[in-house]
Amino acid sequence: MQFWLIQTLNSVAFGGLLFLLSSGFSLIFGLMRMPNLAHGAFFMLGAYFGASFLAWGINFWLAALLSGLAVGALGLIMERGLLRRLAGNGQGQVLVTLGISFIIADVCLMVWTGDPVPVPAPQGLRAPTFFIGYAFPTYRLVVLGVAILAAIALHVLMERTRLGAMIRAGVDDMEMARGVGIPVSRLFMLVFLLGAALAGLGGTIGGPIMSAYPGLDADMLPLALVVVILGGVGSLAGAFVGSFIVGFIYNFGTALFPDFAYVILFLPMVLVLVLMPQGLFAGAAR
Amino acid sequence: MTGPALEITGLNKRFGGLPVTRDVTITVAPGERRLIIGPNGAGKTTLFNQITGDLRPDSGSIRLFGEELVKVKTSTRVAKGLSRTYQILTLFPQDTLRHNVVLSLLGLRGVRWNPWISLSGRRDLFALAEEALASVGLGDGGTRLVGETSYGERRRLELAMALAQRPKVLLLDEPLAGLSQNERNGVSELLTTIPRDVAIVMIEHDMDVALAFAEQITVLHFGQVIVQGTRADVVADPRTREIYLGE
Amino acid sequence: MNRPLLACLIALVLLVVLPHLGMGDYYINLFSQILIFALFAASVNLIVGYGGMISLGHAAYLGIAAYSCTWLVTHGYGQLTAALGALMLTTLVAAVFGMLALRATGLSFLMITLALGQIVWGLAYRWVALTNGDNGMALPARPAPFGISLNGATSFYYFALLVFACAIFCIWRMVHSPFGAALKGARDQPRRMSMLGHDVWMIRWLAFILSGFWAGVAGLLFIYYQKFVSPYALSLQQSAEVLLMTILGGAGTLSGPVVGAVIVTLVKNVASSYVERWNALLGLIFVVAVMFMPHGIVPGLVQWRRAATRRKAKAVGLVPPTAEPPRADTPRPAPDAKLERSA
Repeated sequence: MQFWLIQTLNSVAFGGLLFLLSSGFSLIFGLMRMPNLAHGAFFMLGAYFGASFLAWGINFWLAALLSGLAVGALGLIMERGLLRRLAGNGQGQVLVTLGISFIIADVCLMVWTGDPVPVPAPQGLRAPTFFIGYAFPTYRLVVLGVAILAAIALHVLMERTRLGAMIRAGVDDMEMARGVGIPVSRLFMLVFLLGAALAGLGGTIGGPIMSAYPGLDADMLPLALVVVILGGVGSLAGAFVGSFIVGFIYNFGTALFPDFAYVILFLPMVLVLVLMPQGLFAGAAR
Repeated sequence: MTGPALEITGLNKRFGGLPVTRDVTITVAPGERRLIIGPNGAGKTTLFNQITGDLRPDSGSIRLFGEELVKVKTSTRVAKGLSRTYQILTLFPQDTLRHNVVLSLLGLRGVRWNPWISLSGRRDLFALAEEALASVGLGDGGTRLVGETSYGERRRLELAMALAQRPKVLLLDEPLAGLSQNERNGVSELLTTIPRDVAIVMIEHDMDVALAFAEQITVLHFGQVIVQGTRADVVADPRTREIYLGE
Repeated sequence: MNRPLLACLIALVLLVVLPHLGMGDYYINLFSQILIFALFAASVNLIVGYGGMISLGHAAYLGIAAYSCTWLVTHGYGQLTAALGALMLTTLVAAVFGMLALRATGLSFLMITLALGQIVWGLAYRWVALTNGDNGMALPARPAPFGISLNGATSFYYFALLVFACAIFCIWRMVHSPFGAALKGARDQPRRMSMLGHDVWMIRWLAFILSGFWAGVAGLLFIYYQKFVSPYALSLQQSAEVLLMTILGGAGTLSGPVVGAVIVTLVKNVASSYVERWNALLGLIFVVAVMFMPHGIVPGLVQWRRAATRRKAKAVGLVPPTAEPPRADTPRPAPDAKLERSA
């Protein structure tokens, strides 16, 4: 019983992490019609930044925020400096993000070397929490809490602010959005910044669970893709639900069918893509 | 062939809640010259797209010499004798004129699956391509790139590609669109030289050329056939004028 | 004799003479590696360049061939049987994956290929009983075709060169064949091609299968060279790297992937002695190439030379040669203009 409960909690926590990773990815994909192949690298960078900030004695939550800002800034530079110049060339943009992911991955390897860097959880959250007679890793509960907070914040952003309305409009119908005067290129910049920041934040938050290691980017990116395909491109609700589904599939799959964990994970994605009649961009940002 | 070349019966199509083709029935005899007219948005190109297979109708039937087409894929329809030109040019701009026609010729020949022989060694295809180009007045200069040609020349190329397939039913979607007066004369002249065994269904807005060309006319409005019959009948019909003047 | 043919012959002569130029085994091995990855990139190019569909899962075919060959040999099958079995399996998988991936185009296609690649990688990584997981599998020995040993650097190099030359020749013939023309046509105007009677899906599917086959051949060369395969060979990074080679050099040209493979392999091996992080350098080269020479290095150079020739001709007052028209700048890969001239 303990096993199932722990796995469930792990799945839920992982799902929360995935949400931090995929929400930004989904927004970028939905608005800019481009899968940001550097998104896994953003997450990894966030984990490494977090590790370093913590090593310098900075408070965990502050470190997470700083990581988010740092990665967000990087995303901003990337969007303005590179992606903007390839406007209209979707293929080129995807390839540039791929190239950037190579660069980020290698720079991380250079700076932090090849050994995994631990990201210690905040002192107060290391002891297990006891609930109905079982011990649960407290930090994972907190991760879930953070993810839910982020989801609420994003929901408010999307539904109750002007910026959110503009993003939703852009995801729904880009031509129309341009036509009614929405400053699309500024929107791209903001969304990319936001997405990168979320990934960076997620990297630090996820640090205590996953630690920072070379290859984290390549491990996380495909998961973000699965979430977004299952949940619908550009849909926050879809990213939320999809993240938990994938979290469960990943954890239970790895635990129960270790040989075929990846098949279980990616086959649904393939099936959705193959059987989808309406194409990728049917969802709206909600 | 005694039956009709193209027989469309009770064709219906909706895009979401919007009906774009409503119970359309048109019968085209072999060798006939049929004109389809109607105001913008009448569903003319949508009708063509259903005939070619780019769109699937919701109900109804499309028969080519008696054979039902609705579940048949586009490339097979072409093999059965259907050909089409487009309102917006879709040529291969980085290739030569001749290569464009060769691609058209290949479409109906088994050799298109051959991954080994050299295409440039097939002088027979090149000769046929030159012939097709000559028949539309592009005889010399087949080795020019499409990107270097004028719009009028490209319209002719579009026609050459369709004619090279020796179709039995030819759909022309606004073949004169965007042409200058001079070019219009040239192209409409060309249309009269198309062999008599080819049934032609044409969408066109240039009334002078269209009416001179047509034997039978179908008037579409909001996806429905309003008036249909010989040129004289349709022109005289008060409903035709209403559709155009009432706009 | 036209320019490209001459260039090829010179290249071929150089390649044949290479091992006798006095460089050590290290460099001969390096060239063997270049040939292997050039073939791999050329196989990807069939889909990416000539087919116009970006795939991020091609390492799967390289890996399946390498793993299955190793598995067959370690389970007692002869080298030739193992090679044929590996190729058959790889081609079969390509056929099945192609059927799935070609239900979509563009981004969906990219993601399906990525997902399928991940599934195969996941199997190699996790199905330890079959693949030995992260520890990889070792090939006991290189094959000895007709009794000739391939253990030496030079002998293996000639073997790889022979296979590479045959493969490139076949691909070259395909590109200039009616099927190749249809493939390129389907890339440029798929709707039009349908309307001309071409079965676009079938064209793409056959190209996908061919692409998988040649990637499998590259996979065989790979395992023979390394005598070891690990899940990395099937990874997303590997798929991305070969895509990088193809696009960097120039997708849609014959020499492009080869140039790309040369650059990437050299950077990996040689630059790494001077620059510590070659992946970053690679990524940088890639980003620069995509920004400034979006069609790749080979077409980029061709265009520069053309522009320079035209400028010179104008400056001297000569009429520019009629065979050099201005090229429309499209974001699509351009066909190899040099080879088109001979038509």
